[in-house]
Amino acid sequence: MDAILFLIFAAIAVGCAINVVLQTHPISSALSLVGVMVALAVLYLLLGGPFIAAVQVIVYAGAIMVLFTFTIMLLNTGAESPQRRQALRTAIALPLIFSLAGLVSYLAARQADSTSVVSFGDFTGGDPHTFGYALFTTYLLPFEVTSILILIAIVGAVVLAKKEI
Amino acid sequence: MNFFVLSLIKTALVAAVLLTTLAYLQWIERKVLAHIQLRPGPYRVGPHGLLQPLADVIKLVTKEGVIPANVNLLFYLLAPILAVALALTSVAVIPFGPQVEIFGIKTNMELAGLDVSILFVLAVSSLGVYGIAIGGWASNSKYSLMGGLRSSAQMVSYELPMALAIAAPLLLANSLSFREIVDTQAGYWFGVIPKWNIFAGPFPQVLSFIIFLVAAFAETNRIPFDLPEAEAELVAGFHTEYSSMGFASFFMAEYANILTVCCVATLLFLGGWQPLWPSAAGSDFVAPVLFGSAGLMLLFHAVQAVRARKWDRFSFPVIGVIFLGLAAIFLIPVLKPVLVPLFWFVAKVGILVFVFIWVRGTLPRFRYDQLMRFAWTSLFPLAVVNLLVTGLIVALAS
Repeated sequence: MDAILFLIFAAIAVGCAINVVLQTHPISSALSLVGVMVALAVLYLLLGGPFIAAVQVIVYAGAIMVLFTFTIMLLNTGAESPQRRQALRTAIALPLIFSLAGLVSYLAARQADSTSVVSFGDFTGGDPHTFGYALFTTYLLPFEVTSILILIAIVGAVVLAKKEI
Repeated sequence: MNFFVLSLIKTALVAAVLLTTLAYLQWIERKVLAHIQLRPGPYRVGPHGLLQPLADVIKLVTKEGVIPANVNLLFYLLAPILAVALALTSVAVIPFGPQVEIFGIKTNMELAGLDVSILFVLAVSSLGVYGIAIGGWASNSKYSLMGGLRSSAQMVSYELPMALAIAAPLLLANSLSFREIVDTQAGYWFGVIPKWNIFAGPFPQVLSFIIFLVAAFAETNRIPFDLPEAEAELVAGFHTEYSSMGFASFFMAEYANILTVCCVATLLFLGGWQPLWPSAAGSDFVAPVLFGSAGLMLLFHAVQAVRARKWDRFSFPVIGVIFLGLAAIFLIPVLKPVLVPLFWFVAKVGILVFVFIWVRGTLPRFRYDQLMRFAWTSLFPLAVVNLLVTGLIVALAS
């Protein structure tokens, strides 16, 4: 059951991801990206991380992608027209993409421990209690550093957006 | 019993009740608004307009669905489906009562028990904005686009104070599951005052309840925050170009969202299915007494019917007998553990829904800049302060 669900949602994620690139209209691409996010959230859920799955949907699909679509709608950009020498660009880009994907999967396969078998339901450390505890003890420093990074980004955005404060 | 069969029965039951409730919510809203404005409201279709929802459904289904020229067809058709599907999805994790055992079958009174059910509701409701935004954009109309943009901005802004207001009772309950949150609210102070989160120590959550309600009005696009469909400026906002079932879907999504936020408010702040006073003091008999007295009152008025309303002579006794039957059902011992918690839950949700309609009949609409300034400069800081104080008190108390 878990394996079937995994295959379905992995296929949806990959299909949506390909669709992000193939679509010429920015809105279609953005909504395909939302599809990728939601499918990824289901994969997290299958791997035993309900908290991270919910946060994935709330933050990425519900907040960040809403801002993306909001901006696209506000600018009212139309569909992209094909660029010059599109066929040549595609002919060069496609082999490069496939070789990159092959390289990444080869390295991942070589790094991974091939003796241990991964199965669904093995990992149980994804509940909010364990997650929060790890975040505020083991990973306290990276967590705080990330917070400060986001704070700096917010201040920078305000400074850039508002000429006179 | 087989898990799948049980789930199927529960799903069918919840879906049937939910969809009927959604249809009748519109009747209730029109009736309450009408009585606030001193008019009878829908009256012609069936006794006291009781069959009006049925007539509305037939009208909306059989109406011609006009698809305007130059719309983005895929997204134009996708938007209402997305809106109504997401609005109905969140009901899946809402528990209507405790774990019950009926005819030897043990089951939870919910469709899917998640450990992070509150986050699931937040996630699904944060996706709900896409239906409105896409619908407004794909309609290829300036009014629709304005409505869609306004709603995206409004819903993203009000999600923050809403989430912060939700976080405060979660700190008290120390859980993200609705069932456990309600379980922590059981019991009574001095045997009288219920330990619901808005009354409970160490820090009563009155402020976060108010913040949650205000944000809920904005999230569901209701008056006084119904700027996305402000008819004076935007015709009908994001659903201007929709007719027939598309329009009906957006309407259904709005009512489903109202029901969801009222259920969440009940579970988080009003103690879910916990009764108002202990069952040892007779709170189990509230439902039969209420229904029984309503039935008797209807029978009394049927005898002394107003002469101008001839049909009351027939409709009042029928409905009165139905109410008496409901009162009798609450007294059956086998069904009691199911029906009594359900009654308290539905009563609390119903009161909140009534508040939503009451506010619609009372308050005027905000201006758009006021709405956004209110969210960011008043509601958001207030929610942050409330959360910090709650966190401090919980930390000191434990």
